[in-house]
Amino acid sequence: MLGRLTIEAIPLYSWVAMGGAAVTVAGGLAVFLLITYLRAWKVLWTDWLTSVDHKRIGIMYVVLALVMLVRGFVDALMMRAQQAIALNSEGYLPPEHFEQIFSSHGTIMIFFVAMPFLTGLINIIVPQQIGARDVAFPFLNSVSLWLTAAGAALVLVSLVIGKFSTAGWTGYPPYSGIEYSPGVGVDYWIWALFVSGVGSTLSGINFIVTIVKNRCPGMTYMRMPMFTWTTLCISILIAFAFPALTVVAAQLALDRTLGFHFFTNGDGGNMMMFANLLWIWGHPEVYILILPAFGIFSEVVSTFSRKRLFGYKSLVYATACIALLSFTVWLHHFFTMGSSANVNAVFGIATMIIAVPTGVKIFDWMFTMYRGRIEFHPSMVFTIGFMVTFVIGGVTGVLLALPPADYLMHNSTFLVAHFHNMLIPGALFGYFAGLNYWFPKAFGFKLDAKWGIRSFWFWIVGFYLAFMPLYVLGFMGMSRRMEHYADPNWQPYLIVAFLGAVCVLCGIACIAIQLYVSAKTWGSSRDVTGDPWNGRTLEWATSSPPAEYNFAVLPEVSDIDAFHDMKIKGTAYRAPHQYEDIVMPKKSALGPILGALAFGLGFAMVWYIWWLAALCFALCLVCVGIRASDDNTDYVIPAGEVARQENERLARLTPADMHDMRDFLPRGAASGSVLQGRV
Amino acid sequence: MADTSLASNVLEHEERQSLESREFGFWIYLMTDAVIFALLFATYVVLSQNSAAGPTSKEVFDLRHTAGETVLLLLSSLTFGIATISMVAGKGGRVVQWLFVTLLLGLGFLAMELIEFRGMIQEGAGPDVSGFLSAFFTLVGTHGLHVAFGVIGICVMIGQVLVKGLTLPVRSRLVRLGLFWHFLDIVWIGIFSVVYLPGVM
Amino acid sequence: MQDILCRSLRPLFVLLAAGFLLQGCGVSDAPVLFPKGPIALAERNLLFIAFGLMMIVAIPAILLTLLFVWRYRRSNETATYQPEWDGSWKVETVVWLVPAAIIVVLGTLVWTNTHRLDPYRELAGDKPAFKVQAIALDWKWLFLYPELGVASVNELAFPQDRPLSIEITSDTVMNSLMIPALGGQIYAMAGMRSELNLIASETGVFMGRNTMYSGDGFSDQHFKAHAMSEADFTAWTTKVSGEAQVLDADAYLKLREQSIADPVAHFSAYEKDLFKLILRKYAPIVGPYESEAAELICRGAA
Repeated sequence: MLGRLTIEAIPLYSWVAMGGAAVTVAGGLAVFLLITYLRAWKVLWTDWLTSVDHKRIGIMYVVLALVMLVRGFVDALMMRAQQAIALNSEGYLPPEHFEQIFSSHGTIMIFFVAMPFLTGLINIIVPQQIGARDVAFPFLNSVSLWLTAAGAALVLVSLVIGKFSTAGWTGYPPYSGIEYSPGVGVDYWIWALFVSGVGSTLSGINFIVTIVKNRCPGMTYMRMPMFTWTTLCISILIAFAFPALTVVAAQLALDRTLGFHFFTNGDGGNMMMFANLLWIWGHPEVYILILPAFGIFSEVVSTFSRKRLFGYKSLVYATACIALLSFTVWLHHFFTMGSSANVNAVFGIATMIIAVPTGVKIFDWMFTMYRGRIEFHPSMVFTIGFMVTFVIGGVTGVLLALPPADYLMHNSTFLVAHFHNMLIPGALFGYFAGLNYWFPKAFGFKLDAKWGIRSFWFWIVGFYLAFMPLYVLGFMGMSRRMEHYADPNWQPYLIVAFLGAVCVLCGIACIAIQLYVSAKTWGSSRDVTGDPWNGRTLEWATSSPPAEYNFAVLPEVSDIDAFHDMKIKGTAYRAPHQYEDIVMPKKSALGPILGALAFGLGFAMVWYIWWLAALCFALCLVCVGIRASDDNTDYVIPAGEVARQENERLARLTPADMHDMRDFLPRGAASGSVLQGRV
Repeated sequence: MADTSLASNVLEHEERQSLESREFGFWIYLMTDAVIFALLFATYVVLSQNSAAGPTSKEVFDLRHTAGETVLLLLSSLTFGIATISMVAGKGGRVVQWLFVTLLLGLGFLAMELIEFRGMIQEGAGPDVSGFLSAFFTLVGTHGLHVAFGVIGICVMIGQVLVKGLTLPVRSRLVRLGLFWHFLDIVWIGIFSVVYLPGVM
Repeated sequence: MQDILCRSLRPLFVLLAAGFLLQGCGVSDAPVLFPKGPIALAERNLLFIAFGLMMIVAIPAILLTLLFVWRYRRSNETATYQPEWDGSWKVETVVWLVPAAIIVVLGTLVWTNTHRLDPYRELAGDKPAFKVQAIALDWKWLFLYPELGVASVNELAFPQDRPLSIEITSDTVMNSLMIPALGGQIYAMAGMRSELNLIASETGVFMGRNTMYSGDGFSDQHFKAHAMSEADFTAWTTKVSGEAQVLDADAYLKLREQSIADPVAHFSAYEKDLFKLILRKYAPIVGPYESEAAELICRGAA
């Protein structure tokens, strides 16, 4: 009846695991009680969970990412603590538990922090940047969200019921095969990836169509903001790369569940194929995580340098180059598998070529600051921190791209330091910059800048403390994923790295405080105009938070910095001659229902509860069938209602709220005080 | 409040645009599916000689049976094409008839495939025997699963045509289902020429 | 070209090394920075050369960023302000071409060195290479010495003045064999044979290990690589040949069972063609077994 699920699935094997389970359950319970206490269930269901509004979906994605960031970071802190003390001793974590922690840390950070964070920001902003009212497929968007959430839920549940994978976030077979990992851990990993991967694929398709089809009049491809460009590129990458993840996860699942022989030792299996398939997805995935952050940096650096973006075309071509090249380098993840020198050299050179467009981007941002007027808003500070730190990561990346050097550094802590050096500044700092930059757009009030700056300093100092020692340890011959070690020379470095992790903990705390303080004083930091930073792109043309339909009348665009251009011309806040009826998608309960069914399916497959799996799968088909037969998915907001909302908004605006644009007028090199003056 | 006839005009205008997006989106979806099949083909090519202790492809493939499956599937593509032509001509009854024929052909294909799989498993050539057979069952089975989804889709669309008639959204869905069905045909031709033909040669 | 680069960048190496030394804390015997063999040395030098070359872009990038941030801060009203300046062919040309030129140089280095330092390439020496077969087990290393007919666990002994050629496979999950002081690593995979050619330029005991996470005993899966003088090596051979333990098929099956932190063990003889049999165990096509021992090793039972 319950497959292999028995009472033994409860983690009584160690107090640390019990503690983790208890915290997870208590956290869930606390949220449940809080919502009940606030009597918020109905509002939550009707306004949020069933919503197909891209802005709300985006916010839910970001909330998911922040919650999972805390979980993933606790893993990191525990690993650093273990290695700091585990010189010739077992530390406080038995190997089996340590292995679960590094596996879940990687899995969570990639799939359930970075992916939802960037998808959330894209959801909130991209439709507004291209002057659209919603994404192309709003319902599909909701399905994507709930599939991602279902995957995250599987990872969280593994903490309470059963165990998580011990095979690392890449899950290389044969170790991850049923012979060497017979428990449920790897299955949790597979199904979490599978379910959320399908969600990501659907998101990719959705945003390709949105950007190709839903741009407002006048927005040619070469007038799209950089963030939209990077989103288009990564959506294409997602559509090409994520099927590989789906395939490789399905094959491993077949090996484990039905005794197939794709990647087994012997019986005709071939483990090298796993490495190839995984990294055919995995390398583009790196750029899927980083490119949107590059888009955010482009927006931020231009806005807070009060200057047009330098080398827009160059940036567009560089982005496209990176996206294209990202499919040609996957083999550099396993130079040491014994390919011929020719093959290794070709992939090594291809890898290095990516450094060129990436370097160009850094220089373009730098020259955007040149002869600008830089304001140190938290999002700008994160951008500057990124630019300096990312260069170091780029250098170590090129080092690893030299096959002979990679033979030395592969599988060492040098490698760990390198990819954290790319992903923390390159991706996470970008998302934090985006959070600080676009928060008022989503919620209508600004985030507290003081705590934002504090969180930056903790993050960057913590980053250097945590990862520079790992570079050195790589030279000293320390492998990654060691639960304990015997070389006393390593310990001082690992203690410093632990202190770095503590520092990052303070950084996360600062973000929490920042959110709390800002929410508490939200009345004093309201964003009335919808344009708190004197922004340049179309998302600032809407109110904050935007009306459900974003734009009452679709804007017409004649410049890259479309909204900036409107402000200069004085057309920015002008009411149109007349309003029209607007068609918007209806909310739907099928999104969360499909998410719940996907979770049930994954859970049932992990525990071999076949009847439940079949039931969930059949119900999924029924839901899709119902949706596919529904012709009544839209509704109309009448012009009168639109006019009422828009007039209310325009009436609230006083000239004092508007930015003084005189100094931007083209008259050569201007100087002197320019910004945020009053008319 | 806006007057309702105006509202329905706006809805209809919007519908046209959104159906256009859906068709474009569906092409991209097909492309992601094509990537899945491409990788399954690649897997098969890598593992096709790894018969371990089990039978080789020469011992398990029966080209006559496969030829039968091929005929059924190719014919079903033709009948779906006729259904689409009837749809363009606006003849709802014809559409239903030809969809029904397509449905029968699709079911016939699935039945033949299941018979083939059952026979192989009974002869000790199941997917758990060797890397070659794992890759074979996964590639051909994934295609079969797609055909099964297509069959369900055809049932749903027959119902929609009967209940709703050939409305704009129904026509759009039929076109997309047609794309899907023809796509499966192309994949099958790939399977026939990459799996079965070299397998018996 | 590489020599010129090497020479011109030598001061940089000294500076770097000094920097690391100043940090203290045992970096002075970091095996990657202070290798004990020509292969590791060449790999390290390549690392340093590439590092130096990239500083041509990286240092200006970091310094210019900081300089621009400081100079064009909002409070500095004396700085020039050009809000509409959004492109310059000169700047674009430089930022595309300079990194591209560096990558061309690096690319040439990659091509030549990947071939020169291919782990499969047999090394030239005065004497023929000393051949060893390494087998990854859970969680220990088994070394077979075909020349001597002996075997050892968690200890690799070899003469210092001969090139060392290691054939590698695994009788468990994927592993990776590395002796950082002597050179890079290569994966050990069941059913597949990989190869590592190294050379030690001095005698000594170096740390070697599996670097590829392989399960609970991974942390302790290391071994001692002894590069011995000729006299010491002869003595070692005599000692091992005199061991009572023999690694026949049954003993191998017992050794193969999972165990953590095994002590060093020696065997005076091993099952004939053991390495080949272990490779065969995972062959993609299974044929009849030639002997009872073969069946025992391949199937775990005769």
